[in-house]
Amino acid sequence: MPKDFLAGAKDYYDVVVIGSGLAGMTAANTLARAGRSVLLCEQHYKLGGMATWFKRPGGHIFDISLHGFPIGMIKSCKRYWTREIADSIVQLKNIRFDNPMFSLTTSFNREDFTKLLIEQFQVPAETVHAFFDAARQMNFYDDQQTTTRELFDRFFPGREDVIRLLMEPITYANGSTLEDPAISYGIVFSNFMSKGVFTFEGGTDRLINLMEADLKKSGVDIRIRCDVEKVLVENGRTSGVVINGRTIKAGSVVSNSNLRATVLELVGEDKFDPKFIDEAKAVRLNNSSTQVYMGLKPEELVPEETGDLLFSSTAETFRTDLLLSRDITSRTYSFYYPRTRPEGRPRCLIVSSTNARYEDWANLPEDEYEASKQDLVETTLDAIEKYVPNIRDRIDHAEASTPRTFQHYTKHNLGSSFGTKFEGLAVSRALPEQLPGLYHAGSVGIIMSGWLGAINYGVIVSNDVDAYLLKSAEKNPFASTTK
Amino acid sequence: MTPAEIREEVLDILRDIAPDDDISDIDDAKPFREQLELDSMDFLDIVMELRKRHRVQIPEEEYTELASMASTVAYLEPKMKDL
Ligand SMILES: Cc1cc2nc3c(=O)[nH]c(=O)nc-3n(C[C@H](O)[C@H](O)[C@H](O)COP(=O)(O)OP(=O)(O)OC[C@H]3O[C@@H](n4cnc5c(N)ncnc54)[C@H](O)[C@@H]3O)c2cc1C
Repeated sequence: MPKDFLAGAKDYYDVVVIGSGLAGMTAANTLARAGRSVLLCEQHYKLGGMATWFKRPGGHIFDISLHGFPIGMIKSCKRYWTREIADSIVQLKNIRFDNPMFSLTTSFNREDFTKLLIEQFQVPAETVHAFFDAARQMNFYDDQQTTTRELFDRFFPGREDVIRLLMEPITYANGSTLEDPAISYGIVFSNFMSKGVFTFEGGTDRLINLMEADLKKSGVDIRIRCDVEKVLVENGRTSGVVINGRTIKAGSVVSNSNLRATVLELVGEDKFDPKFIDEAKAVRLNNSSTQVYMGLKPEELVPEETGDLLFSSTAETFRTDLLLSRDITSRTYSFYYPRTRPEGRPRCLIVSSTNARYEDWANLPEDEYEASKQDLVETTLDAIEKYVPNIRDRIDHAEASTPRTFQHYTKHNLGSSFGTKFEGLAVSRALPEQLPGLYHAGSVGIIMSGWLGAINYGVIVSNDVDAYLLKSAEKNPFASTTK
Repeated sequence: MTPAEIREEVLDILRDIAPDDDISDIDDAKPFREQLELDSMDFLDIVMELRKRHRVQIPEEEYTELASMASTVAYLEPKMKDL
């Protein structure tokens, strides 16, 4: 008989959380700390979702999505997780750009960018200050019509080089383009500019292990290899889930699964207002990624001047369509020095990431797919030669992942790396109005994506869930809502 | 709870949320944002903490009532007077 991954699980929980991405884990932890009984189900055998890693022979541990996040992570981790987690967050100080328009190194904060824009790019100081202030003041309730392109044209007309400096890192960080609403750019950009780019010392594996320990301490019932097949609805309200064939009742359900999959597959179209279904179907997903992972031999060290993050491109100008093309011109390299995992074996690793379209990879026949992956590795090694000479002799491992890989591990439609475009946030927020007791927490709307966005969104949704449970208990005092 | 007790309770919550700020000489009439480093997540934490401690429900449309100490206490008074 196959192992029962739900052995010992109760028949009722106040909350079932579907998916253990950062948003799902944070929602589970917050609700358990608020006194709710919580079941956290993950279909994969590992917690973390896209915040993940893998090991390879030779002592290599590759991080998938640990390239950088804003300083706000420190506060959120301290408050919603533990001080130990918060204390492991450290700055990445060498951010490099290298493209046909300019080459520079920066600490990637407002102070240094202001200096660069005035001194190297010769932009008048007033314009620079006004731009930063405008970006800083943007918030979610602002006008959503202005596009990022229009924002740039207002401050830096005709300055494609300036736009590249300001936009390229953000496109890489969340897949947003010049056509997306300016506020989604302004909020994310300002978050980074406040203090720079940060990382987690000890690697993703250490972070997720610490989070798992804290979830247990909070009393969350954690289950891996538990694929939630269905969200159940009774009398117009969410009443539970079906997992690996077993029904578990719940006061409310938080789905950290893909937004579209939650609505269309886990619940089903017939449970919603047709207008809502149209809106859900119209939500555009963000692009996906390809990555190449390179592990250096134990004795090979990359000098730290090479940078922590390097935005490299051979394209003459910055264009979003070029960024997604399979004819790759832009690569972002993350360099991991031995300090990334001070307790691990001293290793240098490089991960090259490029934005990509799922459809370019999805339907390739198997042999062509494998050949394309190999080609991705080879062309990346050629490209990185400029920054790490003799790379081929110095590595003992190289492999690639594609949008198909991301889709496979997280079940995200189209392997989307950064959730949905802006309109996804409104659909995610409207879910409980459509189906009381059902909530979605996960990367949506650009501003709620990335490690920090996912964590904060998990908290925002927990607050709604907790209020809902309290209200249901007041209406029906005999239902059990707290443990 | 009396208004003075509610004020003390809010201060206690703020002390947890903004441990690096000095909140002893807060001006009740002025917005919190002008005196403390609070962002929207911090206001959410105040809401969650009030629910956890006193089962007080604050709908999202009314978060703006929490702008200053004076407006917060005035808003919470009818909700907390019987606690
Ligand atoms: C290549 C790449 C690089 C990135 N780099 C960065 C970076 O440098 N900085 C940054 O801040 N962000 C980065 N991101 C984005 C960031 O990783 C994500 O935004 C964030 O981790 C998403 O968290 P989430 O909670 O939305 O969900 P996810 O991580 O998508 O997790 C969802 C979870 O739900 C599970 N699940 C789905 N359906 C079911 C089901 N039916 N039953 C049970 N479980 C289910 C999945 O298995 C998964 O574990 C990167 C992403 C990618 C792909």
